[in-house]
Amino acid sequence: MGVEKETVEVAPDIRHIPGTPAFITPVDKLINWARTGSLWPMTFGLACCAIEMMATGASHHDLDRFGIIFRASPRQADVLIVAGTVTKKMAPIVRRVYDQMPEPRYVIAMGSCACSGGVFRTYSTVQGCDEFLPVDVYIPGCPPRPEALIYGLMKLQEKIRREAGHWGFWR
Amino acid sequence: MAPTVEVVQKQCGHPEWEEPFVVNMGPQHPSTHGVLRLYLELDGENVVKCDPRIGYLHRGVEKLSENMTYTQAMILTDRLDYISSAANNVGYCLAVEKLLGLEVPRRARLLRTIVCEMARISSHLLWLATHALDIGAMTVFLYCFRDREWLLDIYEKICGARLTVSYPRVGGVRLDFTSEIIDELYKFTEEFPSRILDYETLIDVNRIWLKRTKGIAVISAEKAVNLGLTGPSLRGSGVPYDVRKFKPYDAYDEVEFEVPVGKIGDTYDRYRVRMEELRQANRIIRQCLDKLSETEGEPVVAEEAPDLLMPEKKKTPQAVPHPKKGFLVKGAEVPVVPEGEVYVSIEAPKGELGYYIVSDGSGKPWRVRVRAPSFVHISSIPELIKGHMVADLIAVIGTLDVVLGECDR
Amino acid sequence: MEALDKLKERFPQAVLGEETSCGQAMVYVDRNYLLEVMKFLHDELGFDHLADLGGVDYLGWKGKGKKPERFEVVYNLYSIGKREFLRVKVPVPEKDPWVPSVTKIWQVANWFERECYDMFGIRFKGHPDLRRILMPEDWKGYPLRKDYALQPEEEWPEYDKVRAKARELCRYEWGDRKVREG
Repeated sequence: MGVEKETVEVAPDIRHIPGTPAFITPVDKLINWARTGSLWPMTFGLACCAIEMMATGASHHDLDRFGIIFRASPRQADVLIVAGTVTKKMAPIVRRVYDQMPEPRYVIAMGSCACSGGVFRTYSTVQGCDEFLPVDVYIPGCPPRPEALIYGLMKLQEKIRREAGHWGFWR
Repeated sequence: MAPTVEVVQKQCGHPEWEEPFVVNMGPQHPSTHGVLRLYLELDGENVVKCDPRIGYLHRGVEKLSENMTYTQAMILTDRLDYISSAANNVGYCLAVEKLLGLEVPRRARLLRTIVCEMARISSHLLWLATHALDIGAMTVFLYCFRDREWLLDIYEKICGARLTVSYPRVGGVRLDFTSEIIDELYKFTEEFPSRILDYETLIDVNRIWLKRTKGIAVISAEKAVNLGLTGPSLRGSGVPYDVRKFKPYDAYDEVEFEVPVGKIGDTYDRYRVRMEELRQANRIIRQCLDKLSETEGEPVVAEEAPDLLMPEKKKTPQAVPHPKKGFLVKGAEVPVVPEGEVYVSIEAPKGELGYYIVSDGSGKPWRVRVRAPSFVHISSIPELIKGHMVADLIAVIGTLDVVLGECDR
Repeated sequence: MEALDKLKERFPQAVLGEETSCGQAMVYVDRNYLLEVMKFLHDELGFDHLADLGGVDYLGWKGKGKKPERFEVVYNLYSIGKREFLRVKVPVPEKDPWVPSVTKIWQVANWFERECYDMFGIRFKGHPDLRRILMPEDWKGYPLRKDYALQPEEEWPEYDKVRAKARELCRYEWGDRKVREG
């Protein structure tokens, strides 16, 4: 292939065409790069973890610097952060919010309760929201610190970066 | 439940709507502070009927604590009112101590008072942040969270957790304060009054804030008592009922503080009461810190406190996961609480938080009932919203300062 | 205690017994006279603050004190003016669990009674709107009863539906995203 000979690799998978302001990169990588920079989670607090989620979004930890901005409508959100205990009464509603989100969509289970039910092994609590949602990232902790949530979001970004072939009519 | 097509057609086609317009608000709504659902019937913008539906966070804490030992059940109280978890722990510990007949050392009482008041400050800051955010003042949110983060850092130094602290124990507290924490708290109390002024500067002359809070959700003193309101929501109406003054617990009988009350009982009065409470809480922390130097080196947990309560005294504990019953600690002694029943209430930041515990003389509580202020406050929303519009509903939910974890338990 | 003496003097037939636990006075009242007793306590003795209302299930009680009936409804009353505390307990038999509603005296009792009905199945006669409050409307059983398991075998049908739907929709998800089975 002539591409390797005539271009210079400036970063992994990004090649510069000498003498021009043009770069070559796979379209998957370009799109994924754009998507990782603007993950919009759904403002959907359930219990204690919601307070830590708010603290993460507020002044001290400042999620905006990662391009992560909370949206109040599922129609405009990419990520559903299940922050807190999901009860059986609440499960249909959580599922409906997830169904309303447009693809590509992701789910983060934040906190022990959302991961596995936590201490609440009772009649009314769902033992882990992965019983009815496909979860991408699990964040343990009761509640997880804001740093843990940021780390979880970064893990999700890593996952998105590895994705390929979901785009357009050629897939 | 969404109205059917026929109902909508009937509503829209009729010159005078016979049936009121039904709107469902929540449980997924940014301003309902959790998973509160309100079933509303509207006439134009006026609320005709409001029916709060709760239970979307009912985790079965009361049932679960019947299956745990007294020590294990304490960690569940953290998760009730998760914004002020230290206050919840203290309430539970006071109830069990009363059943045991334990006397708590003075230093432990002072330390508990400090963490309780810190919980009050952090709870009121979160209330101010979200209430202002809902009404339309975004900046306050950022300011409040900046200072709340400072308090959470101090909590972390005290016990290692930011939110669910589990710091108090039956018979005392887990650990003594280090000198570093005391210095940090002195610095905080020094700085905090000027921060309160900051918030007030931001919203006191804000025309939107005043328009949306003055004269909204007025409630008379008599009505408020009959509705069971407690805490700042009651004191905004001018009733000086404060459990810290009426039934002093911990070190509240040693410190000086005032109980602020409002005049007419509207949303603005309740805001003023809470702002004043922030100042008083700061004052209480300051006094307790001064008193701490008098009790230097004294024990922070009662001698006769049950063995299991102090981890270093545990006898070869070995946690064994059990598929049905959760975690059981083998080899450790379970503290036995004498038979009896007790109702103990404390002044949590939201209002009167009561624990009604029935013991049958074994190692597990027979019944733990939590009297949650939020539960009562939410039940009063239909009364408060009478004659108001949908937009005021947000102000009403905000002013009551509800936490659904505590309401649904 | 002064209030207790006045109560006994006024309603000798209604008071079934009295006790003190941890320094807190409590009185057992016959449910047939409850409404009059409560009205008297509220209007004349000044117990204006109904601090708490809840049920207790004494099935299989191993304590020393004998319990005449399976359920008890407990009212914790407080007088803000006089700073007095009184606990009123009403024994409720298992076969016909009902108690008169006190919503007309304290409005706050409305939700407390609904919760008690939800958790124990005790009916409150004269309650304006007795529905389940914490559990879904079609939930079976009363969770806080002692014979109700912590995690019952039978699943709430609505939740089963949600899980079935989630499993079915899984094949439209991307990549290997799956919900947990079992």
